[in-house]
Amino acid sequence: MDTHRASLTRRAGLIAAGVIPAAFVALFFVVPFAAILGRGLGQDGGLSLPSDIWLSGETLRILWFTIWQAVVSTALTLAAGLPLAWAVGRYSFPGRALVRALVLVPFVLPTVVVATAFLALLPDGVEQGLPAILAAHVFFNIAIVTLIVGGAWEGLGREPWEAAATLGAGPWRRLREVTLPLLAPALSAAAALTFLFCFTSFGVVLILGGPGRSTLETEIYLQAARAFDLRTAAALSLLQLAMVALALLAISRLEASSSGGRAAAAARDGLRRPAGRERAAVAAVLAASGTALALPLAMLVARSLDTGTTAWRRLFEETPALLVTPWHAIVNSVLFAAVAAGLSVAVGGLAAAVLARVRPGALDALVLLPLGASAVMLGFGFLIAFDEPPLDFRSSWWLVPVAQSLVAAPFVVRIVAPALRSIDPRLREAAAVLGASPGRAWREIDLPLTARAVGVAAGFAFAIALGEFGATVFVARAEWPTLPVSIFRFLGRPGAENQSIAGALAVCLAALTVVAALTLHRTAPGRRGPL
Amino acid sequence: MRRPRALLAAALVLLALLAAGCGGEDDVPTEVVLVTHDSFAVSKDVTAAFEQETGLKLKILQGGDAGEALNRALLTAGDPQGDVLFGVDDNLLSRALDGDLFDEYRSPQLDAVDPDYTPPDDRVTPIDHGEVCLNYDRAWFRERGVAPPGSLDDLILNRYRNLLVVENPATSSPGLAFLLATVARYGDERWQSFWRGLRANGVRVVDGWEEAYTQQFSGAAGSPGKRPIVVSYATSPAAEVIFAGKPLDESPTAAVEDGCFRQVEYAGVLRGARNAEGARKLIDFMLSERFQADVPGSMFVYPVRGDVPLPDAFRKHAIQPEQPLTLPPDDIAAGRDGWVDEWTRIVLR
Repeated sequence: MDTHRASLTRRAGLIAAGVIPAAFVALFFVVPFAAILGRGLGQDGGLSLPSDIWLSGETLRILWFTIWQAVVSTALTLAAGLPLAWAVGRYSFPGRALVRALVLVPFVLPTVVVATAFLALLPDGVEQGLPAILAAHVFFNIAIVTLIVGGAWEGLGREPWEAAATLGAGPWRRLREVTLPLLAPALSAAAALTFLFCFTSFGVVLILGGPGRSTLETEIYLQAARAFDLRTAAALSLLQLAMVALALLAISRLEASSSGGRAAAAARDGLRRPAGRERAAVAAVLAASGTALALPLAMLVARSLDTGTTAWRRLFEETPALLVTPWHAIVNSVLFAAVAAGLSVAVGGLAAAVLARVRPGALDALVLLPLGASAVMLGFGFLIAFDEPPLDFRSSWWLVPVAQSLVAAPFVVRIVAPALRSIDPRLREAAAVLGASPGRAWREIDLPLTARAVGVAAGFAFAIALGEFGATVFVARAEWPTLPVSIFRFLGRPGAENQSIAGALAVCLAALTVVAALTLHRTAPGRRGPL
Repeated sequence: MRRPRALLAAALVLLALLAAGCGGEDDVPTEVVLVTHDSFAVSKDVTAAFEQETGLKLKILQGGDAGEALNRALLTAGDPQGDVLFGVDDNLLSRALDGDLFDEYRSPQLDAVDPDYTPPDDRVTPIDHGEVCLNYDRAWFRERGVAPPGSLDDLILNRYRNLLVVENPATSSPGLAFLLATVARYGDERWQSFWRGLRANGVRVVDGWEEAYTQQFSGAAGSPGKRPIVVSYATSPAAEVIFAGKPLDESPTAAVEDGCFRQVEYAGVLRGARNAEGARKLIDFMLSERFQADVPGSMFVYPVRGDVPLPDAFRKHAIQPEQPLTLPPDDIAAGRDGWVDEWTRIVLR
C-alpha cells in the first residue's frame, strides 16, 4: 500500500518537475524562435519552404565547411584535452584546483578578447585562416574536455584498473580496455558539447577566419543583422538546427552502443601523488597546457597596464563609453550571472531529475538543441514575440539572466543527469523499505550523492552566464551593462586608455571566473561519499 | 513531501518574475526611450539636464552597430521598442525610409543646423556627422624617411606596398564608407580598377574596425599591428591624444585630408511611439547647444550645428575635411549591394 502510494507520489512529482523546464523552454525558446522563423518564411498567410536556398551551391559550400571544421576541431580538442583530463582526474598535485579553474578562463572570456590576445601570439603568417580557427577552437573548448572527462576519471576509482593490472594487462591495454570504455559517456558528452560549440562558432570564425570564410552561424548573422534578409537567415537557421539535431542524435547512438559503466558513484580511492615516471609525464602535461593557457592571460594583464595604473583607476570613474562606471558593470555581471546560475540549476536540475528516470537516449542529446540556435535570431525573436500583453517584456532587465540561462541550463542537465542516473536504484529501494518517504530518500540519497555534480554545474552555469555575449547584447539595457558588453564598448574606441580599460575589464572577468571555480571546488563536498 | 513544496516555491518564483515583467504601464508617459547603437555615448550631466528640463526619464536601449540597431527597429516597425531611433547614417537611410519607420517631424532647432546637413526627408533630423578617412602612423614614416600618403591615388604606388589595412565593406560600416569614397572619386567605371591596383599592391582586408585599427594598424597605442595605414575616422588622431593616459603634444597618428567620406547620422520619431510628444522633445534636445557641444567628446564625431565650440584636442589634432566625398542617398541605395558584391569578387576571390 505504502509503496504504491509512494510510487504515485513520485510519478506526480516527476510530472510536476517536468512541467517547469518544458514551460521555460517553450516560452523563452520555442515561441521567439518560431516567431522569427515565421516572419522570415511567411508568405501570403502560409509558409513557403526555402528549398532554393537550401539547395544553392553557396549554402552547400558553407555547410560543408561548417561540418568539417567542427569535426577536425573536435578531434583536436579531444587530443589536446585528454592528457590534461588524465593529469587532473588521476593525480593530486599542488595547484590542481588552480589548473581546473584556469582552464575555464578562455572558455568564459568573450571570443574577441581572447582572439585578439591569441592573434598576437600566433607566429607571423598564421594570422588568419584555417590554422588559426582550429587552434582557437582547441584553446576555447579544452575546458569542456578537461572538466567533464577529468571529473569522470576522478570518479572511476582504481579497482577495475588495478584488477586488470593484477591480471597482467599492460598500461596501454588497461587504457584501451578498461579506462576508455568506462570513460565513454563522459567522452561522448565532452565531444558532443565541443562539436556543438565548434559547429556554431561565431566570433572565432568572424575574427580569425578572415574575410569571405563563413560558417552557418556567421552567415545567419550576416544575413539577419547586416543584409536584413530574414528569409535567407531563417532558412539557414532551420538548416543549422536540423544539422545540430542530427549530430546530437548520432552522438547519442554512439553513446548508447558504447555502454558506459555505472562507475561514477563508486566509492573513490582518492587522488594520489604521481610517482616515478608518472611525475615527469604529469609535469610535462601541466607545463605545456599551463603555458598555453596562461600566455594570453598574461597578454591581457600587460595590456591593462599599457597606460600604467590609469586604466585600473578609471574603472571607478564615469565615462561616456558607458552610462555608468565600469565598476558597475562588474557588479551587474556578478548579479546577473548569479541569478542566471540559480535559474539554470533550478530549471536544468528539474529537467535532469526527469531525464534520469528514463533510459538514456535521444532526449538527453536533444536537451542541447537550444545551443544550436543562432543568438541573433533568438534575440530578434525576443523582440517580436514579447511585444504585447501578456508577454510584454522585451525590455525587462530579467531577460538578461533568462537569455543567459537558456545557454547555461543545457550544461546543467548534461552534468547532473548522468550523476543522478549513476545512483544505484537499490539505495532508494532500501530507503523506501526502511520507511523513508520519496522526499526524504531524495534529500538523503540523491542530493548528497549528486551535490558535487550540482556544484560543478552551478559553477559552469555561472561562468557561462558571466561570459555570455551573443544573446545578452540584444537584451541588455544601457544602464545595466554586463562585463562582456562593456569590454566591447571600450575595444570599439580608439586610444590607449580605452584599450587598456578593455584589458583591465577582461582581467576582472578572468579573475571572477577563477575565483568562482575555486570557491566551488572548495565548497563541493568531500571526495568520499556518505557511504 | 518536501519535493512538491519546493516545486511550488520554484513555480511561484517564476510566476513572480513573469508578473514583474508584465507590470502595467502608466497612462501618462513619464519616460522617453531612445533606441540606438553601441557607439552612442553622452555625458551624464547632459542627460540629467534633459531629465530636469522635461521631467521625463531618459531610458536608452543600445545594442549592436548602426546596421543592427536599424534592423531591430525595422523588425518592430509600427510597434517600436522605444520612441526615438538615433544612428541611421546616409548609407542606411533609404532602408529606414522604405521601411516606414518614422513619423514626420521638423524640429524648430533645425534652423541652427549648418545648411550642409539639411535632411533629405522630413522624417529624419541630422544630429552629427563623421568622416571616414585614411589614418597613418607618423613615427613609422618619419623613421623610414618615407613621405606619408597624401591622396587615394597614392595608395597604389609601389612605395606603399603591403602597408594598408582596410575593413570589409560587407561587414563594416567604415569599410563600406571607404568603398563608397572610391566609387565617388573614380566613378562607376573606374573604381574597380583602383581596387585591382590595391589588391596587387598588397592591401589587407579584415572584417571590422576593431581588428583593423587596434590589431593591424601600427599607429594605435598598444596595437601589435605592423601596417602603418588604416581606414578609420577624421577624429581618431584626437582620440589617440585624449585617451593616451599621459599628456601628448602631437598625436602619434594623422588623418589624410584627401579621400574622406562623409556620413551624417540622423534621428527620427518612431512610428507608433508610446511617447511621441517626449520623442519630439528629445530630438529638439539633441539639437540643443548643450547636447551638440557634448557630441565630439562623447562620440568622436562632429556636431551638425556650426555655432558650438569644439574641444581643444579636436582643433589641434583632428581634421575637418573641407570637401569630403559624398554620394546621394538614393544612389547609395540603388548601387550599394551591387558594389559590395563586385568588390568581393575583385578583392577577395
